[in-house]
Amino acid sequence: MKEIRIHARAGQGAITTAALLGYVYFLKGMYPYAFPNFGAARMGAPMNAFVRVDSKPVRLRSQIYEPDYLLIADPTLLRGYNCFSGLKEDGVAIIDGTKDTEIPKLKPGQRAFVIPAKEIALKTIGRPLGNTALLGGFCAATNEFSLDSLLEAITKRFKGKALEGNIAAAKQGYEFVKNRSKV
Amino acid sequence: MKEFLEGSLAVAEAIRLCKPGVISAYPITPQTHIVEELAQLVANGKLGSQFVNVESEHSAASVVLGASAAGVRAYTATSSQGLFYMAEVVFNIAGLRLPIVMTCAARAISAPINIWNDHQDVVSLRDSGWIQLHAEDIQEAVDMHFMAYRLAEDKSIMLPVIVSMDGFILTHGIETVDIPSQEQVDKFLPSYKPLYKLDPEDPITIGPLVDPDYYMETRFAIQKTMEQVLDFIPKVTQDFAKVTGRAYNGLIEEYRTKDAERVIVAMGSVCGTIKEVVDELRAKGKKVGLLKVTAFRPFPVKSIYGALKDIPKVAVIDRALSLGSFAPLEAEIKAVFSGKKKRPSVISSFVVGLGGRDITKDSIKEIFRMLTAKERSAEFIDLKPELLKEEFSDG
Repeated sequence: MKEIRIHARAGQGAITTAALLGYVYFLKGMYPYAFPNFGAARMGAPMNAFVRVDSKPVRLRSQIYEPDYLLIADPTLLRGYNCFSGLKEDGVAIIDGTKDTEIPKLKPGQRAFVIPAKEIALKTIGRPLGNTALLGGFCAATNEFSLDSLLEAITKRFKGKALEGNIAAAKQGYEFVKNRSKV
Repeated sequence: MKEFLEGSLAVAEAIRLCKPGVISAYPITPQTHIVEELAQLVANGKLGSQFVNVESEHSAASVVLGASAAGVRAYTATSSQGLFYMAEVVFNIAGLRLPIVMTCAARAISAPINIWNDHQDVVSLRDSGWIQLHAEDIQEAVDMHFMAYRLAEDKSIMLPVIVSMDGFILTHGIETVDIPSQEQVDKFLPSYKPLYKLDPEDPITIGPLVDPDYYMETRFAIQKTMEQVLDFIPKVTQDFAKVTGRAYNGLIEEYRTKDAERVIVAMGSVCGTIKEVVDELRAKGKKVGLLKVTAFRPFPVKSIYGALKDIPKVAVIDRALSLGSFAPLEAEIKAVFSGKKKRPSVISSFVVGLGGRDITKDSIKEIFRMLTAKERSAEFIDLKPELLKEEFSDG
């Protein structure tokens, strides 16, 4: 079983991200359970979405406290809020941020990747929705599934211009992490 | 076909396949996605139902009451305050023996206002005369709706059914769901043929004033029918299994209880979390199990007696209260064993997950730990003592 926790602000598409991530696993024949946790029901409020995935149907219904992977859709959440709480010893975090984004000190086995996902999204999609770029980065950083699997899920869930933009965003997020790891 | 679907959309899909003549509902979190989707299906011509927009839940319930009385299959969905606003009509629907199916996205009740999941809304309507089924996962919630119509519309039953699915956890959760084909559904669920209906060509009166000479017999009739429902549910689930291959008991589910020394009794999605904990503790050699109650009304007294009579210690989980008394499910389970020789030596009761407080594996393990020789009643789990200081301090 793998557990993924997404940190975002309401309106940034965390549920879409969880749904899309779950869908990638679904297409691979796995059993994902994607679910949100709303805080105050208003735009901009910190919220979580989660994906729990296994090779058999997931029965556990609690939130995720010890994630294998973290997706952080807004670097301002790193201030005054411990997004890294409970991250596994060998856990991986993918953060939408810039060179200036400060991340907490990691444990020896943990890894973090900062991707300019919103920047990529503005160029590819035309809106600051970095979710598919983050997922591209997730794919490269974790090897949970191939880029083709992610692109297949995006192709089945988006149409027209949004499809083109999101495919490009996912590829750029993927490349960003791949190139970074080579350095 | 297997799909990766949000619980609400999966239920909307199930309702589409049931082809109701009339749908009426008023949006309320976390039920909204169900009726939004149904409204869209109707608007896009994918569902031939009449979708009646209303200004309140009281009217939504009244519209489906009227539709059902006029002889068509009807559907509504609601949650929390919406269900309470409907309550007057909810009792009427059962009293009139109208086979309506309603989904309740189970949620806490105000005040203080809270949109998150517990069972206070649906459990509070236990005395209304509706059959009440509680789903553990999205697949079960979907399948219950087909079975609900079959049950409700059988001429020997003619009672409404409420399908309860945990708000957010199931309504907004997305998981793999097998949606049956229209052909399968049609094979299982014949079109609705009412016994009586309101028809200007052939007028009848339903729901007139009933004086003391007659009223008690109408209530007695529902009470007797509820007993028949307990025998009828297993027939419906067997027929459903023949068509879809998915087998349900329909009343209760016994999970690793056969040689168990300690068993938790619960309803709804928390049963999944309990199964995980049971497997973990079993792997360590602990003899624990789960009894899931699917049918809360009618209450399957005999099945529960059979399942628990040889279990030494039983913990009942409630996600609702009857403030000032035993917790609702606790009271029922204790009543099952009242005056019985064969019975658990301990029946303790725990209250957990009110207003959306997360129920973790640790919450469940704590309940198993506290299930000792000391009997407990409505013991709250996961309370925050720091929040109680002010309330109970002397100064």
